[in-house]
Amino acid sequence: MIVKRAKLSFWERLYVPALLGGLQVTWKHFRRTLFGGKAVTMEYPEQKWVVPEGYRGAPYLVRDQTGDTKCVSCQLCEFVCPPKAIKIIPPGPAGQPADRANAEKMPREFEINMLRCIFCGFCQEVCPEEAIFLQRDYSLTGLSRGEMIYDKEKLLALGGTHAGVQKWKDKLDEAKEQETFPVKG
Amino acid sequence: MDWINNFVGGLTAGQQFALFSLLKVVIVIFGAVLPIVAYAVLVERKVSAFIQDRVGPNRSAPFFVKYLPVVGPFLVRLGIFQPLADGLKFILKEDFTPSHVRKVYFWIAPAIAMVPAMLALAVIPFGSTLGNQKMVIADLNVGILYTFGIVSLGVYGLVLAGYASNSKFSFLGGIRSSAQMISYEIAMGMSVIPLFMLVGDLNLSKVIEYQAGTTLGFIPNWLVFKQPIAFVIFLVAAFAETNRLPFDLPEAETELVGGYHTEYSSMKFALFFLGEYTAMVAASAMMVVLFFGGWTLPFAGLDHPAATFIMGFAHIGIFVAKMLALMVVFIWVRWMLPRFRYDQLMDLGWRRFVPLALANIVLTAVVLWAQNAK
Amino acid sequence: MEDALFYIFAALTLLFAFLCVANPFSRNPVTSAMFLVLTMISLAGLFVLLQAFFLAAVQILVYAGAVMVLFLFVIMLLDVKEEERRRFNPFGIAIGGVSVIGLGFILFSTIRESKVGAGLKLTAVKGSDTAALGKALFTEYLLPFEVISVLLLVAMVGVILLSKKDLK
Repeated sequence: MIVKRAKLSFWERLYVPALLGGLQVTWKHFRRTLFGGKAVTMEYPEQKWVVPEGYRGAPYLVRDQTGDTKCVSCQLCEFVCPPKAIKIIPPGPAGQPADRANAEKMPREFEINMLRCIFCGFCQEVCPEEAIFLQRDYSLTGLSRGEMIYDKEKLLALGGTHAGVQKWKDKLDEAKEQETFPVKG
Repeated sequence: MDWINNFVGGLTAGQQFALFSLLKVVIVIFGAVLPIVAYAVLVERKVSAFIQDRVGPNRSAPFFVKYLPVVGPFLVRLGIFQPLADGLKFILKEDFTPSHVRKVYFWIAPAIAMVPAMLALAVIPFGSTLGNQKMVIADLNVGILYTFGIVSLGVYGLVLAGYASNSKFSFLGGIRSSAQMISYEIAMGMSVIPLFMLVGDLNLSKVIEYQAGTTLGFIPNWLVFKQPIAFVIFLVAAFAETNRLPFDLPEAETELVGGYHTEYSSMKFALFFLGEYTAMVAASAMMVVLFFGGWTLPFAGLDHPAATFIMGFAHIGIFVAKMLALMVVFIWVRWMLPRFRYDQLMDLGWRRFVPLALANIVLTAVVLWAQNAK
Repeated sequence: MEDALFYIFAALTLLFAFLCVANPFSRNPVTSAMFLVLTMISLAGLFVLLQAFFLAAVQILVYAGAVMVLFLFVIMLLDVKEEERRRFNPFGIAIGGVSVIGLGFILFSTIRESKVGAGLKLTAVKGSDTAALGKALFTEYLLPFEVISVLLLVAMVGVILLSKKDLK
C-alpha cells in the first residue's frame, strides 16, 4: 500500500498548529495531575494492589482435604525447575512414610529458594499429584538469603488446603466414559 | 561590618577588582548556578511526571524531616531532597572506564563539556549594581561575541567524548552534535545581528539599558517585541545548541543508546548531564538579557540601575525569575514535541532559519535607514 | 603584568604549535588537531593583550569553534590511522630544508627592510574596536573585502558542484 504524504498548508508548515496542539494536550494533563489529583501512579507500599483471582505468584505446597501432605517426593518439579530453585530430599528407604494412606512416601525436606524462583509455573504444570500451586503472593522479602529459602513447613503453612482439587476424580470419570461406546468427545 | 569596610578600603583598586571578581565567580557558580542546575533536574522530573499523569519523585528525605510538623511531609512530596540524593548517587557510583576507550580524551571530554557552559555565564549582567559593584563578572565590550565563541567551544566535549569512547553509538552522537551545533550557531549568530543594529553596541549592559522603559505607555521596550523573528530563531537555535528535545539527536536514546555519553558512568556522566543543564541556564540567561530586558521591569522605577541594596537585590530577583520562567519553557517543550529527524533538523537550520535571519537583517537595516533618512 | 601575560601566551602558542606538528608522545591526528585548537585559543589571548577584543572573539568563534570542529569531523570520518612511524626520507627532508631556508630568508629580509615600528603611525580607536573595524572594512578596504567575499563564493559554488554529482 502506498500512503500519500498529506500536503500541508502554509499555516501547518509553520509548525504553529503542532505547537499549539502540543501545548494544549500537555497543559491539560499537567493541570489535571497537579490540581485535580488525577495521577495514575499507585504509591505502592501505602496503596496495595488488588491481586486478581488466578494470579500466578509464588509456588507453595498444598494439603489435601484431610490435611495431609499431597507431595509424594517424585522430584519432577525439581527436575523441571529452570532456575533450579527447588530442592527435595526424599525420605530414603527407611524414612518416614507418607501421612496419607494412598501414597507411598512424602519428602523429608522440600525447599524453594524464593530468590531464584521466577514464578514460571512449570512445577505446578508438571506435578502429577497437584501438590504445588502458584498462589497470590508476589512480594516476598527477607533480611537474609537464608530467610528466603522456604522449607517444607513454611511452604505447607503458606499453601493451605486445596480440598477442591481432587486429582484422580476427573480421570476416573473420563476412564468410565471411555468404557462406553461410542466414545463421547 | 566595620572591619569589612576597613579591609576593603585598605586594598588597592586592582586588589579590590580581583577580590570582587573572585567573590562574584564563587557566588554565581556555587551559590546560584549549581543549585539552579540541580533543581532544574528536579523540575524537569516533576513537570514530566505531571504531564504524563504521574507524581514524580516524592520519597527521598533525610531522617529528621519526618519530625517536622506539616512542612516536612509537604517538602518530601515536593521532592525537595531528591537532588541531594541524585548527587550522592552520582558520587558513590562506580566510575567505570571501559578497556577499549582512548583514556586521555575519555577523561578530559566531560570537563570540556562542562566548562564552556559555565564560562559563557561570565558576561551575563545578572543585576544592576550592589553598592558600587556592577553585577556582572566581566563587562566586556564584545560580550555577545565572547558568549558565541565560548559556546562554540562546547561542541568539543561532545565530539571528543564520541571519539574517545571508541564505540559506534558514541561516535555517531559526536558526529551529529558537531554538525548540529555548527549549523545552528550560524542561524543563532545571524539572528542577533538585528538586535545590535538597533542597540548599536555589543556590550550586554548596553543592550539592557536600551530595553528600559516602555512604548505607548504599556508595552515594555523589550527586544522580543521589536524583533520577534530574531527571538524565534534564537530560541529554536538555543534548543539545538543545548541538545534539548526536540533536537536531542546527539543523544537520541531510541537510536543511539545514549549518544556521546553511552560509555560514561558516575561523575563523568554527571558532568555531561550537568553541562547540558548549565548550557540551558546560560541560554536562558542570554535570552533574558537579549530579548526580555535583563534585570529591568518597566514599572515602579525598576528599570534604572539600583541606588540601594534592596533595589539591587530586587533586580537580581527579577533577572532570576525571568530566567527560571524561560527554563520552564525549555523543560515544557521537551514533553510537547517529538524528536526531529536528522534531515529535518538540517533543513530547518539551513534552508529556513539562515535565509530568514538574513532577511531579518536586511529588513532591520532598511527600517533603520528609513528612520534615519527622515 | 601585561608583559608577563604576553610571554606566557607567546610561549603557549609556540609550544602548542610545536606539539601540533611534531608531537613526540602521540602521532594521532586528532591530538594534532586538538593542539591546533589550543594554538588558536592562545593566539586569541595575544589578541586580547593587543586590546583587539573583536579579533580575539572571532578567532575563537570562527577558527577554534567552527573550522577546527570541521577538521576534527573530517579526521574522524576518514578514520585516519595513526601515522606510520617516521622513516628516513632524504627527498622529503631535502624539500623541507629548502623550503624552510627560502621562507626564512624572505621573512628575515622583509623584517630587516621594513624597519619595524619606524614609519608606523598608531592611532587610538575611538569607541569600540568592532565599530572601527567595521568602518575600515566597509570604507577604506571595501574593494579587497568584496573581492575576498567573491572568492569565498566561488569556492562555495565549486564545492557544491563537486559534491552534487547529479547536478545538471
